[in-house]
Amino acid sequence: MNEPSLCVKGLAVRYGRRRVLSDVSFEFGGGSLVSILGRNGSGKSTLFRSILGLIPYEGEIRASGRATRNMNASERARIFAYIPQSHENASAHTAFEMVLMGTSSGLGFWSTPGRREVVRAMGALEEAGIPHLSERRYDRLSGGEKQLVLIARALAQDASILVMDEPCSSLDYGHQIRVMGCARRLAGQGYLVMLSTHNPEHALSFADQAMLLMDGKVGKPGAPSEVLSVAALERMYGVPLGPVSMGGMGAVRTTRIAGCSFAGS
Amino acid sequence: MSARYSARFALMAGLFISVFLLSMSVGRYPVPVSSVLKALLPMTGEGELASQVETVLYRVRFPRVLLGALVGAGLSCSGTVYQSIFQNPLVSPEFLGASSGAALGAAFAILNGFGYRTISLCAFITGLVAVGLVVLVNTRSRINRILGYLLAGIMVGSLCSAGISYLKLIADPNNSLPAITYWLMGSLASARREDLVFAAPLILSGLLFLFLMRWRINILSVGEEEARSMGVDVRLVRGGAILGATFVTAACVSVSGVIGWIGLVVPHFARFIVGADCRRSIPASILLGGALLPATDDFSRMLSTSEVPIGILTAFVGAPFLLFLILHERREL
Repeated sequence: MNEPSLCVKGLAVRYGRRRVLSDVSFEFGGGSLVSILGRNGSGKSTLFRSILGLIPYEGEIRASGRATRNMNASERARIFAYIPQSHENASAHTAFEMVLMGTSSGLGFWSTPGRREVVRAMGALEEAGIPHLSERRYDRLSGGEKQLVLIARALAQDASILVMDEPCSSLDYGHQIRVMGCARRLAGQGYLVMLSTHNPEHALSFADQAMLLMDGKVGKPGAPSEVLSVAALERMYGVPLGPVSMGGMGAVRTTRIAGCSFAGS
Repeated sequence: MSARYSARFALMAGLFISVFLLSMSVGRYPVPVSSVLKALLPMTGEGELASQVETVLYRVRFPRVLLGALVGAGLSCSGTVYQSIFQNPLVSPEFLGASSGAALGAAFAILNGFGYRTISLCAFITGLVAVGLVVLVNTRSRINRILGYLLAGIMVGSLCSAGISYLKLIADPNNSLPAITYWLMGSLASARREDLVFAAPLILSGLLFLFLMRWRINILSVGEEEARSMGVDVRLVRGGAILGATFVTAACVSVSGVIGWIGLVVPHFARFIVGADCRRSIPASILLGGALLPATDDFSRMLSTSEVPIGILTAFVGAPFLLFLILHERREL
C-alpha cells in the first residue's frame, strides 16, 4: 500500500443557498486514526461525502498528492473506501457477497469477479475477523456484525483511505469496542482511517488525532487529549460537563487496552 | 458457483425443458412427448410424423410455446433488474410505464385498423417512448432519483391509461373495442411465427445485454452512494439497465399484450431459490419465467372451451404466490 495522505484546502459545500461547510482545511497522513466530532447537522457527513466525490464542492482535495476533482468513480475507489452506517434497508446478499462487491473497482465494465477477487474477499473477511459470517445473510446480522462486514468490504477494495461515517451509532458497547478496535488496528497497518463519532470517549480511547466541526468550520486538529478539552466540548455541545463526565472518560480510557486486544490488535 | 447453486440451476433448467416439452404436447389435439422430441430433434426417432401432427407442432404450438417462454423470461428478467436498481421489491416491468405506453400504442393501432405487424410495432415504439418520457422528466427533476422515477412513472402511466380509456370510449363497440379489451388482458392465442421473428431477436438481445451487466446491477442494488464509492459509474449502469429492461419489456408486451404479475412475482421466487446476488437471480428468473408463462398458458387454453386470457390467470396464480412468499419469508421482501 502506498503511503496515503489527504490534504483538503478551502473546502466549501452549499446545499442550495445554505452553506454547510466553509473554508475547511486540514492535512492527515497514513497510519493514523482521525476522529471527527461535531453536533448533529454540523456537516460531518457532508465533509465525508465531499471527500468521496459524492457531492459537488468548492476548494481542493488531494489524496496521496493527486487532485481528486476530475477522478472518475473507479479511480476514486482505488483511493477511498466508504464505510456507511450499517443500514436497516439492507439487501438479502450474504456477507461474502457484500464483501466481494468491494473488489469491483479493478474489474472491467462487463466483467464479473473471478478466483482472484474471491480470494481477496475471503482475505478481507479474515482480516476483519469475521470469516464465520461469510455465508450469513447481511440483513440478518446484528448492527455490529454489519459494520464489520462493511469494514471487510472496504478492505477488499484495497483503498488506502477509509472513511467511516458514525460507525458506532446504534451499536451496543461491546460492538462499539470491536469496531473501534478494528479501526485502530487498520490505522496501525498504515491506513488513514477517518471516522465521525458523537462519542468523545471513542476519540480519547482510540484515535491518534481529533478534529472538531462546528457550524461548518473545522478546528485545528491535534491529539485527542488536547483537542477534546472540557471547555471545547462544552462549547460545541452546549451542555455543561462536570467532573463526573471526565471520570467517565477516564474509565473508558482504561478499556482501551482491553478493547484493542479483544479485537485482535 | 457452489455445488448447492449448481444443483438448483440444474433443477430449474430441467423444469424449463420439461414445461417446454409438456406445453408442446398438451392441448385439444394431444401429441405424445416422443413425437414432440422427434419433431424438435429429428435424429432421435425413426419414421416420419403425420402431416397433421407436424402442422400442429410447427405452425401452432412451437411459435406459441417459444413466444410464451421468451415473454415469461423477458418480463421476469426485467422485473429482477428493476427491483435491483430501484432497491424496491414491489417494482415490476410496468413501473416505468413501458406496459401502459405499449398498450396505448396498440389500442391506437387497433382503433385505426392497422395490420397485425403494425400493432406490434406501434406497441413497441410507444412503450419505449413512455419510458423515455419518464427518464426525461426525471433528469429535469431535483428530487431524489428513485422517488422521481416512481412519481414520473405513475404520472406517465396515468396519462397512458387515460389515453386508453378515451380510445376505448370512441372505439367501435362491435369491432375494435373487443379487440382492444382482449389485447389489454394479454394472450398468446394469436401467436404466430411472424411474432417470433419480430420479437425473439429483440428479447434475446436485451436479455443478453442485461445478463452481461449483471454484476454492475448487483452492486447498484445496495444503494447509489455505496455503489459510486465502490467505483461504479451509477448513471451509466442505471441508464443501461433501464434501457435494456425497457427494451425487453416493450418487445414482450408488443406481441403478448399486457401480462401482469410475472415480472413482479418471479423475481421473488428466483431470489427465494438462489439468493439476492444478480449473478444468479437474473439467470434464475429467466429460467423460471420461461417455465411459468408457458405453463400458465397451458391452463389458459385447456381450462374451458374458449381460451381464458393469460393475464387473468397470471393474476390468479401470482397474487396468492406473492402472499405465500410474504408469509413464508417476511424479511425477503
